[in-house]
Amino acid sequence: MSKGEVVASFVVPVHPHTVLAPDQNAGWRRLRDAYDQAAQTIKDLEADLIIVYSTTWPSIIGHQIQADPNPEWVMVDHDFHDLGSIHYSFNIDQEFAHGWNKANHQRGLQSRCVNYKGFPIDVGSVVALTLLNPDNNIPAVIVSSNMYANRSETTVLAKSCLDMIKAQGRRAVAVTAMSLSNRMFTDFIDPSEDKIHSLKDDEWNRKILEFLEEGRLEDVGQLSRTIHQQIRVQKVVAFKPMWWLSAMNGNRNNLTGKVLAYEPIHGAGGAVVSLDPTPSGAGDKEYDEDDVEHYQGERGVLDTSSADSSPEASTGPATPPSATANPLASPSGQGPALWDPTNAEGSVNTEAAPKPVGAYPHARQVGNMLYLSGVGPRQPGTNAIPGGPIHDVEGQPLDYDVKAQTRAVVANIQRIVEEAGARMDQVVDVTTFLIDMKRDFSGYNEVWAETLGRYGPTRTTLAIDALPTPIAVEMKVIVHLGE
Amino acid sequence: MGQGKIVAGCLAPHPPHLVYAENPPQNEPVAEGGWEQLRWGYERLRASLSHLEYDAIVLLSPHWQTYVGTHFLGLPHFEGLSVDPVFPNLFRYTYDMSVDVDLARAIHDEAEAAGLPVKMMENPDFRVDYGTITTGHLFNPDWDKPLVVISSNRSTAYYSVEVMQEIMVELGKVTRKAIEASGKKVVVLASNSLSHRHFTTESDLPEDMSKEHITSHAMHLWDMRIIEYMRSGQAQRILDEMPEFTEQAIAESDGGGLSWLLSTLDVPDYPAILHGYGTIIGTGNAVVEWPCYAHEEGSQ
Ligand SMILES: [Fe+2]
Repeated sequence: MSKGEVVASFVVPVHPHTVLAPDQNAGWRRLRDAYDQAAQTIKDLEADLIIVYSTTWPSIIGHQIQADPNPEWVMVDHDFHDLGSIHYSFNIDQEFAHGWNKANHQRGLQSRCVNYKGFPIDVGSVVALTLLNPDNNIPAVIVSSNMYANRSETTVLAKSCLDMIKAQGRRAVAVTAMSLSNRMFTDFIDPSEDKIHSLKDDEWNRKILEFLEEGRLEDVGQLSRTIHQQIRVQKVVAFKPMWWLSAMNGNRNNLTGKVLAYEPIHGAGGAVVSLDPTPSGAGDKEYDEDDVEHYQGERGVLDTSSADSSPEASTGPATPPSATANPLASPSGQGPALWDPTNAEGSVNTEAAPKPVGAYPHARQVGNMLYLSGVGPRQPGTNAIPGGPIHDVEGQPLDYDVKAQTRAVVANIQRIVEEAGARMDQVVDVTTFLIDMKRDFSGYNEVWAETLGRYGPTRTTLAIDALPTPIAVEMKVIVHLGE
Repeated sequence: MGQGKIVAGCLAPHPPHLVYAENPPQNEPVAEGGWEQLRWGYERLRASLSHLEYDAIVLLSPHWQTYVGTHFLGLPHFEGLSVDPVFPNLFRYTYDMSVDVDLARAIHDEAEAAGLPVKMMENPDFRVDYGTITTGHLFNPDWDKPLVVISSNRSTAYYSVEVMQEIMVELGKVTRKAIEASGKKVVVLASNSLSHRHFTTESDLPEDMSKEHITSHAMHLWDMRIIEYMRSGQAQRILDEMPEFTEQAIAESDGGGLSWLLSTLDVPDYPAILHGYGTIIGTGNAVVEWPCYAHEEGSQ
């Protein structure tokens, strides 16, 4: 099995002209030829998966992933119905779609697969797959563009896709079906009269293409909001595809880019651009936004009263006001059920720490000693695991970041310690459990030195077989409260 | 042939949830109910109009989105499967509908004469949008009247609410003119929600009504304000406040349906009847009737 990677990326136009009317206009023909060239490149690369992020498939409830193994129908464009109909029959990788969906959940995203006969596949996806995969030899997957998604949500969507590409060892091609400037003429035109809607749109398009030709994909991603204000009609879905495509390529500025064609389609900017992951000259970034691993944004709209706002928990039994033994729901669809902390004399519990996975408190005080239950990295409220879970719901190993997990453990310890009215410098003894000593000790040790190590508690580190949730590190802590 | 006329106008929103919750034979998924206040609102609307004779339904749907002009279904018959691309889990509906092509063309021609970019949609493979199907079902589940279906020109997105409204007021005037010249009796429907901010999560059971509420207080205030204008016969104020309403309530009036409806009804100064109000995944929806039949010139 290969290591799993994105072997090429493409930006492609969405309107049906390249399929249905390439010979009505010389520019549409050049776009079509560029599409055909891209299809040949994909074939030559021996790619085994085409992933389409389509701006013409808006969604509201998180992201939707097409999972019908053979969607077949006839697509007629809402505007350009007089150009004709596109009959499609695609080869969708159902297994990848479901895996990606699960990976999304693990990274805190709302997401679902759709597998319904007659589902109306959007024009951008139909055009892209019809032309990039004409023989249907390469399995494909299509994802929607969420109306409300911000950069972090869109970035995490790409990272969970990469999780799956790596887990399955795929040679994937990433495609964004999109216009550059998307302002069309609002009246009917003769095909021979087509041009970019305005000089300003044309200039911005050329600037974007100049960046892409230099391989500066992340710069285009970070300028997306500006681009959106400048040359995008404020349609349902904003200019998000470059966030996704850049994250699919490791948020880099040193790709090898090539503009295969740039032409107007009824006034909008249509371009076929190829982005080869091979590093080229450029490299520095215009500026840096957070590199987010987990989506922790707007969640739990339906159930604001519950401390645990994961969708599973929102339909579970309500949290009782007093802390009793009461399992809630499993964290992010993985691991055991969550419990409210118990509350015997001397117990210390806090909403700011993750819910227990059994009947025990976060900590318990006896005299001037405070004993903490084992603390992991799960996030209070969302149960997301910073640095990622160690495996998916089916037990397939995932690439996780032990340093991020260790930092999250220490942050959870601090919340519990402070809830008890104590300080971190009163921590006197720590026992750490690692599930993979060989892989993780040095990363964990580095974070330890920057955090707990500064306060000087004694420490014991053990390798163990497993922890109850998909985490790599847990700590058992004893605090001396002083007089 | 006598003078054609509009016998009633309605705000008739199209969330597929309402069809899902009702379990009609045409829809595949099965629900345990839900959104009764709105579904009963539709029942009251149908009962209220049951005494009327009319020939056709003219409907503007914000889910047939056209950027290049305004389009009209231009073939006499459409059938197929409508799957909501946003809520495919709720709405997979087998439809079979007829179109009053003569009336559609008449409105098209009047609009063209008034300088609006228009086009007839004559591709038999075209899939009718789910907004049309949903409102069509809820308003007339028997599908025994022909429809005229008008696309939603996205001029709010391209320009502004003001420009959209200019176009839609003009389209409303020519719609009225064409209906009057046709000799037909017609009901006109604007298929849109009011405030339109959705939840971004869905409960495991979509029809779990313990999870349903308006997304924010501000959205509620706007919905009630617009409904109060409807109930008190102040259509002009709705048009006047359309830019603020549409922007602040992220209202689905951005598709032009409400502006077009009020213009088609000649900006009514008589009270509308509120048959129902409710929220659907956080958006505000009202079923409203303007009883034109009771306010015809010469009638008492
Ligand atoms: Fe809608």
